[in-house]
Amino acid sequence: MRRLTTLLVLAAGAVTAQPLAAQTVAITGGRVFPVSGAPIDNGTVIITDGRITAVGADVPVPAGALQIDAAGKWVTPGLINPATQLGLIEVSAVGGTRDASARGRGDAINASFTPWLGINPASVLLAPARNQGITSVVVFPSGGLVAGQAALIDIIGDTSTSTMVRRAPIAMVAQVNNPGAAETGAQGELLMKLRILLDDTRAYAQRRADYERGATRDLIARRADLEAMIPVVRGSLPLLVNADSRADIEAALELAREYELDLIIGGGADAWQMADQLAAARIPVMAGAMNNIPAFSALGARQDNPALLRAAGVEVLLVGTGSDPLTFNVRNITQEAGNAVAYGMDWDDALRAITLAPAEVFGVADRVGSLQAGRDANVVVWSGDPFEFGTRAEHVFIRGVAQELGDSRQDQLIRRYRQLPPDYRGTP
Amino acid sequence: MRFVFILALGALSACAPRTATVGPTPDTTAGAATASPSRDTTGALSIPNADPFRSTYQPIASRPTLIRNATIMTAVGPRIESGSILLRDGKIEAVGPSVQAPADALVIDGTGKFVTPGLIDVHSHLGVYASPGTDALSDGNEATNPVTAHVWAEHSVWPQDPQFPRVLAGGITTLQVLPGSANLIGGRSVVLKVVPARTVQEMKFPAAKYGLKMACGENPKRVYQSRGPSTRMGNVAGYRNAWIQAEQYRRRWDKWLADRNGDPPSRDLGNETLAEVLRGNILVHNHCYRGDEMAQMMDIADEFGYDIKSFHHGVEAYKVADMLARDSIAASVWADWGAFKMEALDGITANLPLIHNAGARAIVHSDDPSGAQRLNQEAAKGIAAGRAIGIDVSEDDALRWITMNAAWALDLDDRIGSLEPGKNADVVLWDGNPFSVYSRAEKVWVDGAMLFDRTDPTEAWRTDFELGFVPAARGGTR
Repeated sequence: MRRLTTLLVLAAGAVTAQPLAAQTVAITGGRVFPVSGAPIDNGTVIITDGRITAVGADVPVPAGALQIDAAGKWVTPGLINPATQLGLIEVSAVGGTRDASARGRGDAINASFTPWLGINPASVLLAPARNQGITSVVVFPSGGLVAGQAALIDIIGDTSTSTMVRRAPIAMVAQVNNPGAAETGAQGELLMKLRILLDDTRAYAQRRADYERGATRDLIARRADLEAMIPVVRGSLPLLVNADSRADIEAALELAREYELDLIIGGGADAWQMADQLAAARIPVMAGAMNNIPAFSALGARQDNPALLRAAGVEVLLVGTGSDPLTFNVRNITQEAGNAVAYGMDWDDALRAITLAPAEVFGVADRVGSLQAGRDANVVVWSGDPFEFGTRAEHVFIRGVAQELGDSRQDQLIRRYRQLPPDYRGTP
Repeated sequence: MRFVFILALGALSACAPRTATVGPTPDTTAGAATASPSRDTTGALSIPNADPFRSTYQPIASRPTLIRNATIMTAVGPRIESGSILLRDGKIEAVGPSVQAPADALVIDGTGKFVTPGLIDVHSHLGVYASPGTDALSDGNEATNPVTAHVWAEHSVWPQDPQFPRVLAGGITTLQVLPGSANLIGGRSVVLKVVPARTVQEMKFPAAKYGLKMACGENPKRVYQSRGPSTRMGNVAGYRNAWIQAEQYRRRWDKWLADRNGDPPSRDLGNETLAEVLRGNILVHNHCYRGDEMAQMMDIADEFGYDIKSFHHGVEAYKVADMLARDSIAASVWADWGAFKMEALDGITANLPLIHNAGARAIVHSDDPSGAQRLNQEAAKGIAAGRAIGIDVSEDDALRWITMNAAWALDLDDRIGSLEPGKNADVVLWDGNPFSVYSRAEKVWVDGAMLFDRTDPTEAWRTDFELGFVPAARGGTR
């Protein structure tokens, strides 16, 4: 029974040899998509000491390298899902496993919240994402007017939280499309509250000493939250604003102009109607291609939103809009990309939207998001087009380390119930 | 090991004595037919509640249509490469490698394209949880009592829900709209055609049987925590109490229907519906995530003599797929939902292929207006998950997960679900292989009428709500 299971797994190509991080790996003969440059047929990618050391068509294989024959395979940077709560939520209906929303003091301003401190590196949801070629994700907080700060992590399991974090913070997360969640009663009140927060942050930054002496007027937020907002008002930390309707996006743009913020639009259902304006202002938009259900906050939602935005020159980060996109189905970012293409986005742009685009927008493009010498080796070898359902991630490297694939909790359940009745002894 | 053995025996007993009849008996169901012999009845129900909200659906006028040079996936056998299909008078007239077009036929070249039956979603809340999502349009859960067998989903359906044209554009031509899962027994479902209509009656699938929505597990015990049931054992007691009442009611009415002596017994809407289940006239669709709970529901069905047609949301169907196969119960599942609550914790992407491989009927359902637009993509995930573990389900077989098997679960497999002569001309023309992420439905026919054409956005069905509120789409895609 046990032996049979092992054979089955091997036959399915699910287990990858696990070299030491220091071992040199040569991925040869594949169709290589560096994203930062044109695709290379019959290309080679060399990984040494956790880094990519060479990418090209005529790259010699170093002596002693572990060679992966990628003939007929596609090689891409590890995918980056730019909108998840992986490691923050395990079972969304179970309160004790939810760590994505700060309670704060009930004023809906939680700028100082750094959710990555609470990431669970043992989450069983990391492996399924990794199994399907996701190597990095943005984890963001939710709730309130200012939810807190987002981080970009590599989804290595069985390690410490701090080891997983690649960069934090990468953005402050706020919203302008839900007055109720902002503890306000109207859209105008929400926007006023946001303005007061930005004004008070400026005041606080200029008069810290007075504040410590209690010599300032009352400010809208706690000291820690004002402190956290300073990089936002200085334009050094992007403000990711969830806005869907045209009016909401307009309001966010106006705030960004007035306060000189580094703005990113999240949600962006109606953004296609303002594509030229967003392109001119160089505002990236995080949007999906599987959302077309009208809501009063998003009446213009449509599936070709990413394609229309990209065609106008907007930097698009594709985000999941299917079922459970933030946790269980972080992996379905490839389906989102495929649908974006079906609805008119260039294939290369769709790949960029889940690799280099988020890397650039979140300030980690010098390390991940493309296949270039010197970058960290987050690399995936696919059996074919990564957006197609039948394609498998056959080799996944994170920081140069081959990840063990096909042994998630879900894989174990599959092996256990492959024959009925099951054998409950041991780990399948 | 012993534990597993006992579980298997328990399931065996669940499939043994089934007292419910498949169809109505003449004594008890004269009602609708005698009242108005010329019209279709909605199912064949017993008086006095035979068919008060009759279907007024009329097929939209259509001209004969021939699609040729397409890959025809019939859902009842291997595909026909470069084949043709002729639709006439609302029916499929011919399917084959070569079909003669009548002189007046609209001829569509399907080169490079694929034809499938119209897709069927057996688990929808369109119309009852309409878009835009507001409390005012939240009409899917009569969460006022754990047993609300008396409510009918159709009375909550808003025909102007803008989600209807969107699922049509995803190739869906038939929907089962169900009450929500707050209750142990949530009420009657209704089978709808996805067509523009002023009233729900104009959408009702003529002569389709009703379904009964039941729900296991977490939802009822959470919703009724304070008044009960608050536990799974409370849930089970609740179902059994309801069936005990219904059985008495059925006996009382059947006796009266047989001898017509004196005044008829007093009516009770809830028990009327439950009695029809016991008579085999209404199909049970049971929301149930966990395999062990499915086994318990199978015992309850056995105790009271009704059949469960399909478990829905069967996230753990793969754990009891052999039992489902043995009792001929379909498993309606998502391709990849899981872990959002404890009873969904063990969701796996291989659920579909494992169910299929065990010989049970697998169905991809949506429960979701977005997923409903891509049932074909969900099925494709199931194929891929099967291949990854050495279960090779062909695309032609997987197509049944979203067509024939779903038609079977609605007891409509003699009318829809496959491309065979004589069946309703519910047809989708895809611009590529429907199991590719890059393919989209290009044209969709309901009873021979082309109701969606992606290449002609000016003719797109727009609901009342969309006028003024939803910006018209440039380029015709939504």
